[in-house]
Amino acid sequence: MSALLEVRNVTRRFGGVVANNGVSLTVRQGEIAGLIGPNGSGKTTLFGCITGTHAVDGGDILFEGRSIAHLRSAPIARLGLLRTWQQTRVYSEMTCAENMAISAREAQGGLLSLLRSVPVSTRRKGDDLLAFAGLHEKRGDKAGSLSFGQQKLLEFAMALMNEPKLLLLDEPTAGINPTLINGLIDRLRRANTELGVTLLVIEHNMRVIMNLAHRITCLAHGEVLAEGPPEAVRADARVLDAYLGVA
Amino acid sequence: MNLLSASHLSDWHIMGALALAGLAGPLLLPALATQIAFLWLMVVFALTWDMLGGRMGYNSFGNIVFFGIGCYAAAVVQRDGGLPYFEGLASGLVVGAVAAVLAALVFGAAMLGIRGHYFAIGTLGLGIAAGEIAAGWDYVGAGSGMALPLYPGELGSREIFFCYSLFALAALCFLVFRWLYGTRFGLALNAIRDDHDKADAMGLRTTPIKIFAWSLSAFFLALSGGLTANMIGFIDPRDVAFAGATFGVWMVLMAILGGKGTLWGPVLGAFVFHIVQELFWTYLLGWQRVALGLLIVVIVVFFPQGIMGWWAARRLRATS
Repeated sequence: MSALLEVRNVTRRFGGVVANNGVSLTVRQGEIAGLIGPNGSGKTTLFGCITGTHAVDGGDILFEGRSIAHLRSAPIARLGLLRTWQQTRVYSEMTCAENMAISAREAQGGLLSLLRSVPVSTRRKGDDLLAFAGLHEKRGDKAGSLSFGQQKLLEFAMALMNEPKLLLLDEPTAGINPTLINGLIDRLRRANTELGVTLLVIEHNMRVIMNLAHRITCLAHGEVLAEGPPEAVRADARVLDAYLGVA
Repeated sequence: MNLLSASHLSDWHIMGALALAGLAGPLLLPALATQIAFLWLMVVFALTWDMLGGRMGYNSFGNIVFFGIGCYAAAVVQRDGGLPYFEGLASGLVVGAVAAVLAALVFGAAMLGIRGHYFAIGTLGLGIAAGEIAAGWDYVGAGSGMALPLYPGELGSREIFFCYSLFALAALCFLVFRWLYGTRFGLALNAIRDDHDKADAMGLRTTPIKIFAWSLSAFFLALSGGLTANMIGFIDPRDVAFAGATFGVWMVLMAILGGKGTLWGPVLGAFVFHIVQELFWTYLLGWQRVALGLLIVVIVVFFPQGIMGWWAARRLRATS
């Protein structure tokens, strides 16, 4: 499998705090990669660096072999690299169906291409993906009226609507009713296998990430602590130490 | 569940009724032609403000600048162009529209990167600065303003002419906006309003979208400015062209009163506001500004979501 995303020695500081210190990781085409680490270890910052919300202070980021370290978030998204947020971000005053329609790939076009109504095929695709996320009956409801968990699902569906090559998910199961988590894992897997979306997932729920990911990278204090298959990372003494503080 | 069908009016019914009223109004009530003309002007004000304030979430207090540019462009072209009245008026409108769109491109590139309250304050400054510049610039008559050429027709025909012109402009503006709001562009505006960072992160080209929206508002405002200047026959820099404290504030109020971000809200708001205001001037003379101030307070306190929003909430309560 070839590398879809390569993060090379990325450093990001906030004032005196070094949130990412020479972080390197690779996401291969077609896989589900996991990113774990204790709170404050720099996972979300790394997402911000990759998707262009934070400028990097050092290092480089390659997407499909091309440097994206100095691009802003919109051009990066147009290359096919999207993210979701830990605290959901949906268009709250718009209906779910509208949220889907404006997330379609063609909405990223220039002004002239925007001056057309949403084609039936796009609406249908939006409906299908809402059904995939289990939100079809909410399609006419305002996104802001959904529960937190439903908004997470909607945000996930919006990202899929865009047909990204790589999707970064920031704690997809946080705040979701435990009984729904299995369904969510199943949907993430299907997005990966059926829709061909490569995933990089930040997750605190160890059961979820150990089940889901093919490979896991663990961050601590802004640096890569360990990396490898789930079993190896789980067994790594340094990882246990970082989480539990065992000497 | 469809409460809007059957017993309720469709868009087309309302548009048809308004078109009839717009066409017949000045003929049936020629004495009120000026007031009706101002009503259509208010509709243009509310619609153009709502594109940014309601649909896109950018509260502009500087849209009056584009109206003023339209006023002055028409006045200058008609003064210096040496053309007959209607040719001069037409060229003045075109020049004003082009100038206002260019101004919107420049201001937009500079200011639409600013968000929230900062954008509101920035645009407020823009409106005030424009008034002060016009009031100090001799080429456009400085503080004494500019007189427009006399309308060539017979007595009373000027009001009728501008009443129809402003009606046509308001109708065109409404139809263009209505079409736009049905496209992806309309959805993109809403997306920017609801979560700008998300819209960026989803790859929308937010900057051109925002600048285009403002330019379009500027276009219609400039045309309304050129027509209004000719209807009144005189422009004062601060009281007519760059009248931020009256027109500039009313734009915002009317959109909020009717219900911002809705199709009919701005139109409804303009009607209610204009009619109430005319009644104040007629029956509460001397106290009209006090009454207007109270009305503004009532709008903001009791109708924060506008008449459309209040109506929707009421209907929701009735069904649940």
